[in-house]
Amino acid sequence: MKPFAYHQPDQIPDAAKLLTSIEDSKLVAGGMTLIPTLKQRLASPTALVDLSKLGSLKGITDDAATITIGAMTPHAVVAASKLIQTKIPGLAALASMIGDPAVRSRGTIGGSVANNDPAADYPAGVLGLGATIITSKREIAADKFFLGLFETALELGEIITAIRFPVPVKAGYAKFKAPASRYALVGVFVAKFPDGVRVAVTGAGPGVFRVPPMEAALSGHFDPSAIAAIKIDTDGLASDIHAEADYRAHLVTVMAKRAVEAALS
Amino acid sequence: MQISFTLNRRPTTVEVEPATLVAELLREQLHLTGTHIGCDTSQCGACVVHLNGLPVKSCTLLAPALDGATLLTIEGLTGAPGSNQMHPMQEAFREHHGLQCGFCTPGMLMTAVALATEKPDLTEADVRHGLEGNICRCTGYQNIVISVMAGAAAMHAAKGE
Repeated sequence: MKPFAYHQPDQIPDAAKLLTSIEDSKLVAGGMTLIPTLKQRLASPTALVDLSKLGSLKGITDDAATITIGAMTPHAVVAASKLIQTKIPGLAALASMIGDPAVRSRGTIGGSVANNDPAADYPAGVLGLGATIITSKREIAADKFFLGLFETALELGEIITAIRFPVPVKAGYAKFKAPASRYALVGVFVAKFPDGVRVAVTGAGPGVFRVPPMEAALSGHFDPSAIAAIKIDTDGLASDIHAEADYRAHLVTVMAKRAVEAALS
Repeated sequence: MQISFTLNRRPTTVEVEPATLVAELLREQLHLTGTHIGCDTSQCGACVVHLNGLPVKSCTLLAPALDGATLLTIEGLTGAPGSNQMHPMQEAFREHHGLQCGFCTPGMLMTAVALATEKPDLTEADVRHGLEGNICRCTGYQNIVISVMAGAAAMHAAKGE
């Protein structure tokens, strides 16, 4: 690791100011992606701006129709939250499947969403539930937030403060893990709302995406059988040593069916 | 920068570079070499310690994160205070042959104690899911799982006394 300066601001505007005023500075939340990246020297920022002293970024609030999760809330807290287990059990289940216990102790929802790893779990939950990303500057709909491989709508100096999730009628998540990393080879989040169903896929391509034919079929009949015959196109899907594109396409259907089963259970 | 934290129940203040990993700080600066560095890429879990009671990989934690925190390493894992006994989880690993070479054991124990503390009635599936971040190259895990189940039962029996 190359040396860097370390800042621990206790106010969001101070954090944003540090981020914009120090060239090549980076935010660190739980550090579960950033620290391994620094160790491999894939990144060498001049300064880290640590968000852990910003108390306002932690915690889970219940607003009846929505649940808001502070950006610095660790995965373990979301997984163990009685509120989320009751109102969006699919999201609690998703959080309990991320990495391993040590990763879930440190890794945060804001960090995961801002990083937008193509195989991360949270982007599927955020897009699948049609959540809203609340930042230091504005609110961004999930449909406009994820722009592709590690790319998001966040601007320089913009910090995610919370994610607001609408409470669905039912929701479920299923993933086929890459065994060594426990990242999603393919993960599918399915959410049923009174006005329709959303299906979001992670791990299969360069970024999280929705599957309109499955959404239409499930909106008509919310049952695994409704999507059993729907196969997604392999165009644009990832092919690597872990899985070929056609295998990933196959897994999308299998995981989507399991996600619906999980939602119904 | 200077950081102050509680290390194995003792107040500790050290001077560190921000780019210091907790695993390096423990082993090289504080000479607590029970925390092992196996892979150094956040995969193996040999370096697991408890930060504010939660299991974390100390090879993937920057030293500044310790400021104001409570840290427990394998050196701080003991039986009843003043008893000079091992922790019930350590006893269970010895009793059930939960180790062979022992390299992964400090991390296994720290993860196991955190698991058993979080959930009193651990099932075998819970243990296997909970040990996903700890790699053992000797045992094939079977005796580790048996040890963790026995250790968790002993921890809760001791608590109930």
